[in-house]
Amino acid sequence: MGVNQPLGGNVTVTSLDKLVNWVRKSSIWPMTFGLACCAIEMMATGASHNDLDRFGIIFRASPRQADCIIIAGTVTKKMLPVIKNVYEQMPEPKWVVAMGACACSGGIFDTYSVVQGIDEALPVDVYIPGCPPRPEALLFGLMKLQDKIMQESNSFGSVFGLGDRVSTV
Amino acid sequence: MSNTNRAVEKLQGKYDSAILDVKQDRGDWIVTVKKEYLVDVLTFLKQECKFDMLTDVTALDYLDKAEDRFVMVYQLTSVPFKDRLRIKAPVAEADVTIDSATQVYASANWLEREVYDLFGIIFKKHPDLRRILMTPDWEGHPLRKDYPLQGPGREPYKGRLS
Repeated sequence: MGVNQPLGGNVTVTSLDKLVNWVRKSSIWPMTFGLACCAIEMMATGASHNDLDRFGIIFRASPRQADCIIIAGTVTKKMLPVIKNVYEQMPEPKWVVAMGACACSGGIFDTYSVVQGIDEALPVDVYIPGCPPRPEALLFGLMKLQDKIMQESNSFGSVFGLGDRVSTV
Repeated sequence: MSNTNRAVEKLQGKYDSAILDVKQDRGDWIVTVKKEYLVDVLTFLKQECKFDMLTDVTALDYLDKAEDRFVMVYQLTSVPFKDRLRIKAPVAEADVTIDSATQVYASANWLEREVYDLFGIIFKKHPDLRRILMTPDWEGHPLRKDYPLQGPGREPYKGRLS
């Protein structure tokens, strides 16, 4: 090869976008926010058996420290303004995971008090079906979110105002 | 099970003209009174018959099934006598108002707000009559039988067909 490792073995070359994406996908900090029985399954996923920490997924108790919100449960119309408020307090970049049938579509609650899918209000990145989804399903959904983050472009430039971050998925 | 109730007999002696119906169902005594006399009846029951606790206030909607569309329901408990009594009062749709029971029982406050929120019955002299469950800008009263189950703008609920 032309370049004969002039920088030594512990240096790697990549694009800044990829580096930023890798950092972001390896430290998804979701907002601690549960709404219904899905939240129990989300807690189980975070606990030692499934252990979300090994993905760098650490629940944060403040929206200002979070970059992901898992909508875990039934969203009532009375709760929607609260969720919007929490979402708007999260700094960019931020992602939304709709966990379970209720967050995806209203689920069995086709009734006057329930929002028929959180995508009516927030831009959802990953939909996880199930009622409630098993921890494996939530893990798979979060890994899909990691894949999606890895395929974003202009992640570096958008930080200092050179255009917008573009999701290619 | 006894066929008489001391409180019902006292009530019949004092407010016979106000009582529309008295019946016993599965051991519960149910007294239906005219809504104009409701506060008087509740006051009498609390002061003279020791019904010292109002456990629940709710309503029924008999849309197209009864002359008066709504029926108010008050569940009373007497702690010293270990006794229960249900008071009902019909409310016509043309005049959906009834006197508030808050002047007798303080616990009626939030329960009547719930009934107002979900059935749209107006409680006269209520200290703080506003919605308690639905959002303040909500339109309509969801537990009314003619309210579309799946929300405003949807067709009336038709069971599995909808």
